Amino acid sequence: MPRIKIEDLDRISEEIKKATLLREGAGRAKITVHMGTCGISAGAREIMNTLLVEIEKRDIKDIILTTSGCAGLCSKEPMATVELKGEAPVKYIELTPEKIRKILLEHVLGGKIVKEYVLAIGSERIS
Amino acid sequence: MKTYRTHLMLCAGTACVSNNSFKIKEALEKEIKKHGLQDEILVVMTGCNGFCAVGPIMVVKPDGIFYQNLTEEDIPYLVEEHFLKGRPVQKLMYFPPKEKEVIPKMMDIGFFAHQTLIALKNRGLIDPEKIDEYIARDGYKALAKALTSMTPEQVIREIKDSGLRGRGGAGFPTGLKWEFCRKSPGDEKYIICNADEGDPGAFMDRSIIESDPHLVLEGMIIGAYGIGANQGYVYIRNEYPLAMKRLEIAINQAREYGLFGENIFESGFNFDIMIRKGAGAFVCGEETALIASIEGKPPEPRQRPPFPAQSGVWGKPTNINNVETWATVPTIILRGYEWFSAIGTEKSKGTKVFSLVGKINNTGLVEVPMGITLREIIYDIGGGIPGGKKFKAVQTGGPSGGCIPADLIDLPVDYEQLTRVGSIMGSGGMIVMDEDTCVVDIARYFIKFTNDESCGKCTSCREGSEALLEILNKICNGEGEEGDLILLEELGKAIKDASLCGLGQTLPNPVLSTLKYFRDEYEAHIKDKKCPAGVCKALIQYSVDKEKCTGCLLCVKSCPQNAISGKKKEPQTIDQDKCIKCNMCYEVCKFNAILKG
Repeated sequence: MPRIKIEDLDRISEEIKKATLLREGAGRAKITVHMGTCGISAGAREIMNTLLVEIEKRDIKDIILTTSGCAGLCSKEPMATVELKGEAPVKYIELTPEKIRKILLEHVLGGKIVKEYVLAIGSERIS
Repeated sequence: MKTYRTHLMLCAGTACVSNNSFKIKEALEKEIKKHGLQDEILVVMTGCNGFCAVGPIMVVKPDGIFYQNLTEEDIPYLVEEHFLKGRPVQKLMYFPPKEKEVIPKMMDIGFFAHQTLIALKNRGLIDPEKIDEYIARDGYKALAKALTSMTPEQVIREIKDSGLRGRGGAGFPTGLKWEFCRKSPGDEKYIICNADEGDPGAFMDRSIIESDPHLVLEGMIIGAYGIGANQGYVYIRNEYPLAMKRLEIAINQAREYGLFGENIFESGFNFDIMIRKGAGAFVCGEETALIASIEGKPPEPRQRPPFPAQSGVWGKPTNINNVETWATVPTIILRGYEWFSAIGTEKSKGTKVFSLVGKINNTGLVEVPMGITLREIIYDIGGGIPGGKKFKAVQTGGPSGGCIPADLIDLPVDYEQLTRVGSIMGSGGMIVMDEDTCVVDIARYFIKFTNDESCGKCTSCREGSEALLEILNKICNGEGEEGDLILLEELGKAIKDASLCGLGQTLPNPVLSTLKYFRDEYEAHIKDKKCPAGVCKALIQYSVDKEKCTGCLLCVKSCPQNAISGKKKEPQTIDQDKCIKCNMCYEVCKFNAILKG
């Protein structure tokens, strides 16, 4: 490790934050891949891997990627939910690596919902 | 650093490590690999999470799910359920006493929800052995700010205005202490971090170093710049191997980055640091004894003045602060004195770290704003007293502090209030006692400790503590006499007056404060020859309640002396000649049929 300058503090910080942002629990966007048994057998793991690769490749810093269990609509798996800060969550269905890549680029990074893959906007009611 | 979807923040503080957290790490990594998740999930070993009562602890990020009391056996199921299938495992989550449902998320648990973190701001969020992770949490930014945009005088001004007071015990204003040292004549000056934590039941400093060593180091470099010192020492006891290891790693990493050595951040300021290991003598927490120990001399306190700010290590001006004080400095510099001084009470600013131990559900390390009440600490954060027992008293400030009774539970905790009721803030030990604790026995315990640890230089401390101990032993053994209490008080006051250093000046506090609040309990020992709490063996006798005893024979089996006899399904009797008062029968009886008294 070489000597660092003051400017390097920000560089190191940015670099590490990409990987540690998820510890703070608050990113600009959160993508949840539903990974119940149904999701996994339908290919959710491939969706997850695609996202991990893309996020690293594109040097995206402010997105939290996480998983959850079955979303309840097993016939439409693999599914993912995208939540932009301050906006209602959007559920996407029957995903493929190509579709999730498009969602990442257009919705998560571009802010425009990819309507053709959407199941519903908003959350279920919890009583 | 590679991107993962989940970070498992596994606690590697001393308490969790002694409960096998490194074995759990191995098991986690093995299972994660087995399911092919090694590129998605990262295990991070953090410093002390604070909730030591339920360790080993793991917090799952980003979800914030809190798992507790983990064992190696739990891991295969946990990894498969939660990390492969996405179903968090309820049975490993936090279960609050008396509640029906688990609390899955860390920040919803009362223990964490009521805390305010400054000195512990990075605990559980970074790997303490990686300087880059510290930098990513604004690490060394305060140092950069101080070195590039502040003069040393401005640094001292900022700390003075913040109202920060020493967290090691006496509560002396930190900025003022720095100023004394800065203004002392001489080119060669030193700073010291006092990590010689010795109060029984206290582990604040150890945990801060274990979870965030760079925060302490950054505070020291800023302080050295303000004071004009070029050499620092961390005086740490050898009983803290994990803290020492992390500190060494941190110092080496910071030195490679050029944060120690010459011309730090191209500012022209030079500073370096050394670790000095202490042999674990309690008196070394005292400034002048600590300085003597650093110089290789026997650790005996000396007369002040001259104060260390005038003549400290090697006869040069020296500033000593405790670990927590140093760890608070960077955040004050970064966020400004107004922010810091808005937290706390009129004369006690900011937060204080306490180690909460004794008869309390949530044993652990907590950081709270000054002015919080004892009730909030003990009930809202500490979760109350185990087994539905009654809260009796709390000892603050360790062996130098005092015992605060239950009717003062709404006392706001700050330097002034604690002093007013006859205790001290001290370094932050908080020992909670329930109705089964005998205050005379507790006072005796602390006097035995200080008597052992007295360096022997002053007669008042050396012989005085011996005499106190003798009287307390007498009282606990049922040989107390009329007049003993007056003698205890007189002696206590004389020791305070005549001793040279803090150890002697404060050692009578546990006796004097318990005498003040629990005089009737002392009198019961002396006049009635009874120990109301049922602790002092010479004053209690065990017997069987014939009405309640079902003759289940559980006590008979547990008695190591075969002192209990009787027929099955009939009330038992205890042979007083054989009974050694070990309390086993009392503990095992399910019908409350064993009487003490």
